Amino acid sequence: MSQHPAIELVGIDKSFGAVHANKNINLKVEKGTIHGIIGENGAGKSTLMSIIYGFYQADRGEIRIDGKPLTIRDSQAAIAAGIGMVHQHFMLVENFTVLENIMLGAEGGQLLARGASGARRELKRLETDYGLDVDPDALIEDLPVGKQQRVEILKALYRSADILILDEPTGVLTPAEADHLFKVLKVLRDQGKTVILITHKLREIMAITDEVSVMRRGEMVATRKTADTTVEELAELMVGRRVLLRVEKGEAKPGEVRLSVKNLTVKDSRGVTMVDNVSFDVREGEIVGIAGVAGNGQSELLEAIAGIRKPAAGEILLDGQPIANADPARLRALGLAHIPEDRHHMGLVLKFSEYENAVLGYHRDSRYGQAGFLDLKAMQAEAVEKIAKYDIRPPNPLLKTANFSGGNQQKIVVAREIERDPRALIIGQPTRGVDIGAIEFIHRRIVDMRDAGKAVLLVSVELDEIRSLSDRILVMFAGKVVGEKTADAGEQTLGLMMAGIAA
Amino acid sequence: MSTASVPLPNWITYGLMPLLNLLVAFFISGLVVWWIGEDPIAALKLLIEGSLGRGDAIGFTLFYATSFIFTGLSVAVAFHAGLFNIGSEGQAYLGGLGAALVALALDHYVPWYVTMPFAVIGAALFGAAWAFIPAWLQAKRGSHIVITTIMFNFIGAALMVYLLVNVLIVPGKMAPETRTFLPGGQLPKLDWLMAWFGLKLGPAPFNVSFLIALVMAFLVWVLIWRTKLGYEMRTLGISPSAAVYAGIPYGRTVIIAMLISGGLAGMMALNPVMGASARLQVEFVGGAGFVGIAVSLMGRSHPLGIVLAALLFGILYQGGADLSFEMPNITREMIVVIQGLVILFAGALEYMFRPAMVHLYQRLRRA
Repeated sequence: MSQHPAIELVGIDKSFGAVHANKNINLKVEKGTIHGIIGENGAGKSTLMSIIYGFYQADRGEIRIDGKPLTIRDSQAAIAAGIGMVHQHFMLVENFTVLENIMLGAEGGQLLARGASGARRELKRLETDYGLDVDPDALIEDLPVGKQQRVEILKALYRSADILILDEPTGVLTPAEADHLFKVLKVLRDQGKTVILITHKLREIMAITDEVSVMRRGEMVATRKTADTTVEELAELMVGRRVLLRVEKGEAKPGEVRLSVKNLTVKDSRGVTMVDNVSFDVREGEIVGIAGVAGNGQSELLEAIAGIRKPAAGEILLDGQPIANADPARLRALGLAHIPEDRHHMGLVLKFSEYENAVLGYHRDSRYGQAGFLDLKAMQAEAVEKIAKYDIRPPNPLLKTANFSGGNQQKIVVAREIERDPRALIIGQPTRGVDIGAIEFIHRRIVDMRDAGKAVLLVSVELDEIRSLSDRILVMFAGKVVGEKTADAGEQTLGLMMAGIAA
Repeated sequence: MSTASVPLPNWITYGLMPLLNLLVAFFISGLVVWWIGEDPIAALKLLIEGSLGRGDAIGFTLFYATSFIFTGLSVAVAFHAGLFNIGSEGQAYLGGLGAALVALALDHYVPWYVTMPFAVIGAALFGAAWAFIPAWLQAKRGSHIVITTIMFNFIGAALMVYLLVNVLIVPGKMAPETRTFLPGGQLPKLDWLMAWFGLKLGPAPFNVSFLIALVMAFLVWVLIWRTKLGYEMRTLGISPSAAVYAGIPYGRTVIIAMLISGGLAGMMALNPVMGASARLQVEFVGGAGFVGIAVSLMGRSHPLGIVLAALLFGILYQGGADLSFEMPNITREMIVVIQGLVILFAGALEYMFRPAMVHLYQRLRRA
């Protein structure tokens, strides 16, 4: 008798209004395997997983769990069917303990004490079975991100999940933590659990999955045995054309120091020191990358240089001129351009038309209108030029910015900041949530800026991005720069530094 | 993702949906009228006739609408900058002081068209001044503008009563009001405008401030969508964090937006004070500042929408007054209920029919 697949999707179809998010999806995930699902942003991965987990209902099609057709009306039904989900953004109560979080929603009665002792026993067993050790009495907010993720996995296992779905699980992890996660996933597989891993990182797919399915524009375009495929083939399947995965660049020719940070200390709104006595220089014609796990002070460092956050102490110099107290408008006038980490939060006003965002921050410039008026024609004419040069799609400057895809939105920001021909450029997460095709393009532009003799400071949590773009790499950990490496430094070395272990 | 991000053509968003909302509001109002034992169709007829049936009815409707345009614009300008100015009522009240002082000072010496520009400036200055303190507190101290502007309505009301009872009152008179302005301090009626359409204005106080209101509506449109200040206000209103990133100064933008908002509210006073009663009286604003919130909400903070919404509320005010006169069962309070229903459906529930519309529209387009 042949075994049923753990989960089988037959002809799943889902539309949101005019957007056809999932088109006739068929998928078989065998029991006891790790199955990767890759695709660009907006390819429909999240929608598909939300359908499996009961957040959305499919318009058409069938979900079969262990060979039996099943309607999954909500997440309760999904849990009952043995499906567990680990979200990209954890669903944990920060000021509860691990045990309380795991029991939440499965308390086992009106009185907590009885459920708690049972839960504690079960937790002990899960920990020893799968190597998922965490202190059940620790508060979530005291745990590092990697451990918080373990709690999420334990939550799913505690609810006796047989199928575990992980959505972009390594985005917030150090390389070492990611390695540990992969070990855990392999143990889970070997014990008969089924794992579905959603990611856009091709390397992870190659490292851990048994099978991989590729989605593109709402369609499932291919399923391969991981052993029989290559990174290049998967990338091509995802994008629909051949892509250059490596950034081609020549030797850097660093010149004078242009941007200089001296003993900079930055505190967040609660008064916690986020950047601790940091000093470095960025020369013209070089890209300095700052590597680090998210939340180690990189964001605050960028914001301080960009004039958004006032430093608590220290100096920032642009061409030798102190700028630590200048506001963003003044900094732009001095030739410091800023591609912010979060385009939705800062870089764009999503309700504005494309052409309105194309001048954000530079709108006071006289070329966009005299005497306090806006020259809409001039703004739109320039927007049309940039749209052509950066291949922004759809090529419509009047379209609301929210209606562009993530990659095209990012291109709007990149075009705005780069086309002003700044002297120095600071960049945060240039390709977060951006599809591979646009990544290639944006990386090219950044290297072009360097070759044009600009000073470029790059912050990214994607270690691959830092390594392929930077000429020098600084590693930040807990607000300090813990070391500097050249671009050819190994991933392991950098990973250890990012974890604060070696300098 | 939901249907909220699916684009619909403008004629549905700005034409069909408000119309549908309005019809539902009237339908429910009709049920209420029917429930208290009156004939809804007859009531509707009375409402329409009372507001649009005769020249003087139209004159009154437009008179009310004028006040609502000013206060609606006032609320909208602040709203574009992300500020909920609940204080148009008080700012309009103080604006009346500015207009009255100009009228009292000049009416002996110059004709009305010389007084008018000074009165506009005076009303706007006093309204803006009353908005300045809450604006400054918001900009520099983070005191919430909703709370401070509400409180300033009360302070303004108390201040005005004090001034009218103790300072501006005509000696020897009982009524807390200023002396009547001479024609040099009055805004003339627009009977010539009505005559164009073959209508007689009669006793209705429809006056020149209506034209000022239309000019202001146009200027607000220019400000919001054609100037850099408007661009900065909109950026701040939609995304405060993007405004910080763009180097838009928070405090300055908040204060300027509130000054403009207060100024527009202040100008509302021209209509009743110089256009109708020709004197400054206690409580002349009569809730127009609060109606302005509904007007702005219903007009989607767009000057054209605000003018249309103000006309609608003018109809409800004038027609409602007539209706409660003709049908004693329908009291003033009932009219307020009907106005409330209109605000509820057209303002607060503006997106109620959107999902259904999206489905219908897509099915039609596919077919």
